Amino acid sequence: MAEIKRIKIGAASCGLAAGAGEVVTAFRALDLSYPVVETGCIGHCYAEPIVEVELTDGSSIFYSHVKGDEKNVNDILALGEENRFTVSAERQKLEKLMVTRLAGRIDPKDMEEYKANGGFSSLAKAFEMGSEAVIENMKKSGLRGRGGAGFSTGMKWGFLAAKKDTEKIMICNADEGDPGAFMDRSLMESVPFQVLEGMLIGAFATGASRLFIYCRAEYPLAIKHLKIAIDKICEAKLNLFPGRDKALEIVIKEGAGAFVCGEETAMIASLEGRRGQPRFRPPFPTDRGWNSFPTSINNVETFANVPVVLADVDAFTALGTPGNTGTKIFALAGDLKYPGLVEVPMGVTLADIVYTIGGAEKGAVKAVQTGGPSGGCIPAEEFGARVDYDSLKALGAIVGSGGLIIIGNDRCMVETARYFLDFTHRESCGKCTFCRVGTMRMYETMERIVAGKGVPEDIDFLEDLGQKIRKGSLCALGQTAPNPVLSTLRYFRHEYEAHVVDKYCPAKVCPALSDVAVEETKCIKCNLCRKGCPVGAISSDIKVDNSKCTRCNSCIEICPKKAISRVKKGTGFDSSK
Amino acid sequence: MDKSFSYLEELGSSRNELIKALQMIQNREGYVSDDGIRAAAEHFSLSAADVEGVLTFYAQFKRNKPGKYEINICDGTACHIKGAPLIQEWISAELGIKDGETTSDGVFSLCVVACLGCCSLAPVMAVNGKVYGQLDRKKLIKILNEYRKKEA
Repeated sequence: MAEIKRIKIGAASCGLAAGAGEVVTAFRALDLSYPVVETGCIGHCYAEPIVEVELTDGSSIFYSHVKGDEKNVNDILALGEENRFTVSAERQKLEKLMVTRLAGRIDPKDMEEYKANGGFSSLAKAFEMGSEAVIENMKKSGLRGRGGAGFSTGMKWGFLAAKKDTEKIMICNADEGDPGAFMDRSLMESVPFQVLEGMLIGAFATGASRLFIYCRAEYPLAIKHLKIAIDKICEAKLNLFPGRDKALEIVIKEGAGAFVCGEETAMIASLEGRRGQPRFRPPFPTDRGWNSFPTSINNVETFANVPVVLADVDAFTALGTPGNTGTKIFALAGDLKYPGLVEVPMGVTLADIVYTIGGAEKGAVKAVQTGGPSGGCIPAEEFGARVDYDSLKALGAIVGSGGLIIIGNDRCMVETARYFLDFTHRESCGKCTFCRVGTMRMYETMERIVAGKGVPEDIDFLEDLGQKIRKGSLCALGQTAPNPVLSTLRYFRHEYEAHVVDKYCPAKVCPALSDVAVEETKCIKCNLCRKGCPVGAISSDIKVDNSKCTRCNSCIEICPKKAISRVKKGTGFDSSK
Repeated sequence: MDKSFSYLEELGSSRNELIKALQMIQNREGYVSDDGIRAAAEHFSLSAADVEGVLTFYAQFKRNKPGKYEINICDGTACHIKGAPLIQEWISAELGIKDGETTSDGVFSLCVVACLGCCSLAPVMAVNGKVYGQLDRKKLIKILNEYRKKEA
């Protein structure tokens, strides 16, 4: 019978937040004869903390929702049947783990283990084939930037390589600022060597001599793992390329909390110690970038793709659809059963991702927001759409960095759009008038609408101003800021109309347009709601004082008889619905 | 230069390091004081206004002294949908402070931040970097009381 070879505990940020730290301590305290290692994330965040038991026969058993208590730990060490974790066959069929093949499966801090799993073989291959052939291969692969814009990585590198007799800079954009996207964090935490191998290959191919990683300061674990990896790479002299006399400089720069710095010219300004404001392009950074040196900026996931591409270009191009090759990692969050990360070939349908992989219930979802606050929403009727750069654009949304927020039937689309604008109007850098003032005016209008003070003309105003902000803004932040409003207007116009004409929130979410009421025939006067109410809005005869109520839903959730619910403002149970 | 900022010397004098310098000051002091701004300006040969201009652009920097326990509430998309505004309201009601403020005893400060990257555990908050997920009111009050107990 196979014996235990090693215990692996998923200890990326999401695992740690779910309690992986206690699990690690519990296993380590036992002084086992085999190693207990902290790995990264395998993408199944909903099942965290996850423990993988590696056996001597090469197979593995996974356990989910592991607690650090004695019973649970002993159960796992005895290879018990309880809490075993498996991935459904339907999901496995859709998934294609290329970039995330090693994520969560190896010790992120162990260079030898990365090497033993094929790590740095693509770098060696790059040295063999020479820089020009690397760029040719990147072009042939069709890899498009995974940060959102979808520009050809091979072409960008080609522009930089063509610059002669100058110092050249390469920047890794790790300023993952889209709320709802966390694939870059996961890659940096789980496979930092793979991201760095991609960067080394890029630097070799383009002749760059200085590398920056611009990472959000909110990702301390990612920064820690990258630092360890950089130290080990420098120690092994992997940053000294054949034929070069000077080793490559790799520096991590911590961002300081500005969403707009994800835009490349803003990022460069920030790296120069200035306010992170974008500038007009051209000149493009590959002509004039950091401190005027030619600069190429690529996203974390793009770099993590590079070793995979070079290992086998044909295998890469065989995946996805023409013009959208390879795989994409999506971050699933919101109203679904299995939030987490998933890597699928480009071109699978939204229905595949939302229902089959995400486990969302058919009929319970009304839309999905792609690409974060810069993206748009796509209604459930369009879930047959293929997920690639071009198909989503046709629907008024974008792939963006790959965040997918699933929006359930009980959410208000107007409120959701208002929220995204709240984010973008605050993140506007203030350079372009349409973005600075326009997003503010749009936001104020949305606030008015959800507060029940909207007028029918507001809808036309939003549409008109949205188009103008698109045209009048220099960078992608402004150009895409109206997307959430424009796309919800396109598909959920009736919800806006209900708010402004009937003063009614169909989802009964907006506090100003809904009340909380008790259905007296169902109520058993158990007083649980009254005790649970944080603001004392429920009287002793179980009536809700809606002027005090903050619509926190505590009573609705706690009621054993489901007697409490949201109703249209000013209506009790008799006249509602 | 003010001697207490002599650690800036290790950065060299290129303006490229300005943000790093401000981060170093904040890491040590918990915020960037007027003295910190003056020290950075002197070190990089910039005007204090220029330094303040850069500082105010970035959300990370604080000009007010934070509390001993810094509560960051995530208001990213997933957390917002799952009720982050309520978490904020509850904390405000419990501690009597709003976003960006510190309690009068200097124990807690509250800050609403963009995504913490733990969307699958929404709604989440972090206290001095330790992340608490799947919050509801009961859990939240329990966490706050634990920190209060430490101070009592």
